[in-house]
Amino acid sequence: MAVVELRDVSKVYPATVKGGAPVVAIDNVSLEVEAGDVYGIIGYSGAGKSTLVRLVNALEPSTAGQVLVNGRDLAGLPERELRPVRLDIGMIFQQFNLLGSRTAARNVAYPLEVAGRSKASRTARVAEMLDFVGLADKAGAYPDQLSGGQKQRVGIARALATQPSILLADEATSALDPETTHEVLALLKRVNREFGVTIIVITHEMDVIQTLATKVAVMDRGRVIERGDVFDVFSNPQQAASASFVSTVVKGVPSAAELEVLRARHLGRIVTLTFRDSSVDQAAVFGELARGGVGFEVIYGGINEIQGRPFGHLTLSLTAAGPGRAGGDAAIDVALGRIRSLTSVTEARRP
Amino acid sequence: MNSLIDLLPELWTAAAETLYIVGLTLFFGGIGGLLVGLGLYLTRAGSILENRPVFTLLNLLVNFVRPIPFIIFLAAAQPLARVVVGTGIGNAAIIFTISLAAAFAMGRIVEQNLLTVTPGVIEAARSVGAGPIRIIFTVLLPEALGPLILGYTFIFVALVDMSAVAGYVGGGGLGNFALLYGYRQFNPVVTWAAVLLIIVLVQLVQLLGNKLARKALRR
Repeated sequence: MAVVELRDVSKVYPATVKGGAPVVAIDNVSLEVEAGDVYGIIGYSGAGKSTLVRLVNALEPSTAGQVLVNGRDLAGLPERELRPVRLDIGMIFQQFNLLGSRTAARNVAYPLEVAGRSKASRTARVAEMLDFVGLADKAGAYPDQLSGGQKQRVGIARALATQPSILLADEATSALDPETTHEVLALLKRVNREFGVTIIVITHEMDVIQTLATKVAVMDRGRVIERGDVFDVFSNPQQAASASFVSTVVKGVPSAAELEVLRARHLGRIVTLTFRDSSVDQAAVFGELARGGVGFEVIYGGINEIQGRPFGHLTLSLTAAGPGRAGGDAAIDVALGRIRSLTSVTEARRP
Repeated sequence: MNSLIDLLPELWTAAAETLYIVGLTLFFGGIGGLLVGLGLYLTRAGSILENRPVFTLLNLLVNFVRPIPFIIFLAAAQPLARVVVGTGIGNAAIIFTISLAAAFAMGRIVEQNLLTVTPGVIEAARSVGAGPIRIIFTVLLPEALGPLILGYTFIFVALVDMSAVAGYVGGGGLGNFALLYGYRQFNPVVTWAAVLLIIVLVQLVQLLGNKLARKALRR
């Protein structure tokens, strides 16, 4: 059964100016998150990601549709009845949102106080959580004495203190440097594996999706325009908007402007090859080039691993010696013809 | 100078009266200001108890009372003082009226201080299931404590200022002393003695306020 299920959910804000059109933040979205999933929600700023995740713990009430959490519809529930539901949904934030007036330990204790746990059980749980996130020695430190990564780890400890089954991560690593990002992502991965917590993670960072997510949904202007397995969406996006987003986070195909720069520097014919999974044998591709007497230089692109499966684009500059220019071109055409049977080839023609 | 020495007992009495008036008005006006400020903050658009009519009414009331010069407010609120504290004159009346005026002035300051609390922190508290009352006492007030202490220190000076006109409705204090024995009897030395005492009092309170605020902000 889906842990979180959105059915035709919309969120419409009243017009900000009198007589203006209402703002549709979420437009008829349906989404299912299964237990144990790490579900990534990606898209440009303003696509509605933050609003979407806030529908799940009803920090933002939906205006239409159903929001089912563990089978219970949150739509229309009064604030009072939402509070126990929220104890089962942890949340971490881009800006950490720790209470500056409380020490790390008392921040972690906060949800336990709200849940009405006894002092003794609170103390034990706080120690356990701080230990889990590796900050046992920082229990008495105030947030402004902690680094960004440490703050987020306290945030994670706080979010998990009441042993929720769902964790919402709203751009949880966007304010951190790359190294700290990796630490926090590793920690979230442990949260998912060791505690079986279902994680919904909002991000615009490739790293987060690459190392963490199992499924992904792409949002654009309040809609989920594409969803599925992370590898499929990233290696073969179906929608123009997802392709455009993917290309900004995965260095793949050179843009028109980049092509111009490349062309100025390389005299050969420029082609882009797609490598997707093990279905394309790189050795075979480069073997064909060598056999055809075609010299090549890799000038753009790279291979990424998503969930342990390789994927990427390589842009090559091809040159071949032949009887005159035409002869060289012919040799290249023959080689490319063979390669086309192995993988997709796009040639950037000279203008 | 000799007349000042003769007046010393009256000066000390006046100083004690000022402390009494300002202390009580800080207490009552402070609580009133906290309520008004919380009311303004909580009911404003986008806040946790958003309520447009209540906010509009409170906002209007604050904007209505605050610009009235205190000496006029004192006269205008006299009938209300009679109803609430049973008399329109003397220290009881002046304490009531200053508290009322201070509640509205302080309300605005409290509102502004609460607005410095990051909305994200309140959202985090909501996300773990905290209700409005809990958020007020465990998030809003502790998070804004430093600025709030400075706000109350600031309003203390305003209270001393307002208490100076207590004499007009038969109240006492340093202001009344300065006007009565200094100004009206053409004795600037006496006036300056009262001024000096007021300055010392304000400085001490400001020092204390800064110290407490620093402690709350851990800086």
